[in-house]
Amino acid sequence: MLQWKNPNYDFMQWRRVGLWLSSAINIAAIISLFTVGLHFSIEFTGGTVVELAYKQPANLESIRETLKGSDFGGGVVQNFGSPENVLVRLPPSAEQTGAEAASKDVGMRLSKLLPDAEIRRVEFVGPQVGEELAEDGLIAALIAMGGILIYVMLRFTFKFAVGAIVATVHDVLVIVGFFSLSRLEFDLTALAAVLAIMGYSLNDTIVIFDRIRENFRSMRVADPIKVMNISLNQTLSRTINTHVVTMLTVLSLFFLGGALIHSFATALIIGIIVGTYSSIYVASASVLALGATRQDLLPTQKEGADADSRP
Amino acid sequence: MTQNQYPLWRYLLVFGITVLGALYALPNLYGFDPALQISARRSAPIDSVLQKTLTEAVSKAGAELKASEVSAGRLLLRFKDDASRSKAMTALHEVVDTKQYLVAFNLASATPDWLKALGGKPMYMGLDLRGGVHFLMQVDVDEVRKQIEDRFITELRGAFRDKKVRFRAVSRAAEGGIDVTFLNAAAKEAALEVINKDFRDLLVNEGPASDEFPLKLTPKPAFVVEARKTAIKQNLTTLRNRINEFGVAEPVIQQQGDSRVVVQLPGVEDTAEAKKLIGATATLEFRMVDMAGDVKSATEGKVPPGSKLFQRRNGGPILLNRKVMLTGDAIVDASSGVEQQSGEPAVFITLDGKGARNFARSTREEIGKQMAVVFIEQVEGRRVEEVINVATIRDELGKRFQITGLDNADESRELALLLRAGALAAPMEIIEERTVGPSLGQANIDRGLSSFVVGFIAVCIYMLVYYRMFGLIANIGLALNVVLLVALLSMLQATLSLPGIAGILLTVGVAVDANVLINERIREEIRRGMSPQAAIHAGYERAFATILDSNVTTLIAAIVLFSFGSGPVKGFAISLSLGILTSMFTAVTCTRALVNLIFGRRRLKSLSV
Repeated sequence: MLQWKNPNYDFMQWRRVGLWLSSAINIAAIISLFTVGLHFSIEFTGGTVVELAYKQPANLESIRETLKGSDFGGGVVQNFGSPENVLVRLPPSAEQTGAEAASKDVGMRLSKLLPDAEIRRVEFVGPQVGEELAEDGLIAALIAMGGILIYVMLRFTFKFAVGAIVATVHDVLVIVGFFSLSRLEFDLTALAAVLAIMGYSLNDTIVIFDRIRENFRSMRVADPIKVMNISLNQTLSRTINTHVVTMLTVLSLFFLGGALIHSFATALIIGIIVGTYSSIYVASASVLALGATRQDLLPTQKEGADADSRP
Repeated sequence: MTQNQYPLWRYLLVFGITVLGALYALPNLYGFDPALQISARRSAPIDSVLQKTLTEAVSKAGAELKASEVSAGRLLLRFKDDASRSKAMTALHEVVDTKQYLVAFNLASATPDWLKALGGKPMYMGLDLRGGVHFLMQVDVDEVRKQIEDRFITELRGAFRDKKVRFRAVSRAAEGGIDVTFLNAAAKEAALEVINKDFRDLLVNEGPASDEFPLKLTPKPAFVVEARKTAIKQNLTTLRNRINEFGVAEPVIQQQGDSRVVVQLPGVEDTAEAKKLIGATATLEFRMVDMAGDVKSATEGKVPPGSKLFQRRNGGPILLNRKVMLTGDAIVDASSGVEQQSGEPAVFITLDGKGARNFARSTREEIGKQMAVVFIEQVEGRRVEEVINVATIRDELGKRFQITGLDNADESRELALLLRAGALAAPMEIIEERTVGPSLGQANIDRGLSSFVVGFIAVCIYMLVYYRMFGLIANIGLALNVVLLVALLSMLQATLSLPGIAGILLTVGVAVDANVLINERIREEIRRGMSPQAAIHAGYERAFATILDSNVTTLIAAIVLFSFGSGPVKGFAISLSLGILTSMFTAVTCTRALVNLIFGRRRLKSLSV
């Protein structure tokens, strides 16, 4: 019943469309990043967040009114996950140094102002920690890409490595661009998700590359486009199944995991969709554009150690 | 026909690992009991007598006690629910002598004894799951440097005086380092000799030639690094002592990076109290009063050399010797109480052997003179010094003595605690703070668990429908993967956070991908006309290279995340990377063992894949 019997789609015929589409989306993402920027969480910017819980749906207006007259005038008040839960964000204020902001107990003072609320969580992050985090995140992403580039180069060839990296950068840009355009909060877990997606999208790319390599070696077809199409069709049902299965787990996180990992789940959902697309239209198409041929993959293997010699 | 058979040892290996994994994952099923942990402050006995008294008191208060046990020097009372525990806490506060015992909230694992004996422990839950306070503190390393330089300055002055080197001034330079000036070139030469012989930790730079004959001295970088390490180590020890006094079960106090300290106090909600304790810097110094100096002219700026101007707590300036007779470091024990005659709050102090000998010798020489007790505290980054007490030395002071002059009983209690725990070697600033209330913790556990269960079941159903028999086998491998991962996380006692649970769930996705690859490959080979047995063999063989490649790349990303991430990200990275490793075993080796067992010796016409 559920079988993709010998699919035969001409994926590569759309590769120019894909190229334009990807470029357009990436340029949009970059523009958005430079103009709108990212809505960073306090983990990156420094500041204080207090999560409050009410017994009944919270009246945000009255909370805002109460805070306006207090020291927390600069606070942003919004719902968090459900109507009963409220998040109060306090920016790192100029006159308070880290030590003072921390020593004056924000949670205690807030609960005095808002006696009906239960304080569920207080987070304070000093400005220097936030800066470091953003820096570390960027370094982590770069190192991960470097490591992956080296691994793919060793296992495949340079052209494939470039294809994989282009696809990875593409995916990261799309996710970050989405966060920028939608004004969703970009927090630490979203960063983790971006890095996880680098791994996932690559995973997908590698599976397809593996098949392309195998087919380049075993088939007596010289036309790279044909080989790519055949490979993509052969791996299509795996691509779809893995996609569905991973999506099932991530959707479950998205709907049931609660507000704390909402950003994480959102980033993963987008990443999985984009990662699958980019494996075909960015990674494979790039390899094609770089002019990968059968010869690229043959000389690296010694006689007898070839895939053909397997039983 | 032998291609799809494993040798016996392989089946046994798979079976053995499965049993072992199940065993060490088991403690997680028992969950936790809300508990109270009673430990002794000093040598107070923890025994069956205490156990009996306390359990009776608790039951009388209407708390439902589940069990009580004495082990490893502490008494653990387990309760049916949180409400019972709060009732018990109130009751215990009336019964337990808090000077002798500490009562702390705890979550006690309900793992049965036989499992504990095998080393079985449940996963260690992070603060986002169990509730509590997390602090990240930055140690002020500039202050450490200043302290080193101050110490060198004192030592240099002493050495120059001893060797009769005629120096003009030794002072700390504004930009760091020590400036020394001399009366003549010969003095400078003599000083260089002293420095080269006795102060090898100082780097010497000749200043510009002038009639002040300047020298610039800086502590060697290696020395500063060493001192910084020592300071942080002492801070950790001090924090540990203080937190033990505070009564927190299973606190985490660790160094992070080269100048940061992480403190996690599970179950603590009162952050104000915790912060006060962690950040407190109060300590004591004993100095002789400068009886000869003129206080009035000193307030006008003419402080006699060798003396320093202080403020009394109850008003008025006082001149004290620069030389410190005794610091808080020498104090091994301190307790608060009441002075017998006056009824004033007092702190009773016990010195260590060396401190007591030195103190006895120096006070013997000063009998009849006045000594001052200086109370030193860091308030919002500023060092505040107050003279709390001035008394005439009537006799040499020995190992034990008392001081008075404190405002109230609370202050004497706190001072006693801080003296007991030791002083911080360098000031610290809280740069990150997280407080998670217990209800949020429980909500996070519930959410994590339900999203995991739903996600897992959805994946299993999909696999079963799509691949039938091979889907079922994949699902068994998947379940085993979760069991092994949980077992590993439990054995390593890695911190499980909400993102960590997400990581476990994501691992399910990665693990199932391996089986999708294998099963697709088998289908493909069958379509190409291979016999079922050959197709199984080829499917596993050919899919393996792909699985390896794709997992290594994901693993690279996960390891980078682990080494760069902090807190929640680290938790995610640990579950993900361990999960990738276990999935290589379960999705390939374990499912293969099952496939071999089921299909291995049979003549197959078709496959249910």
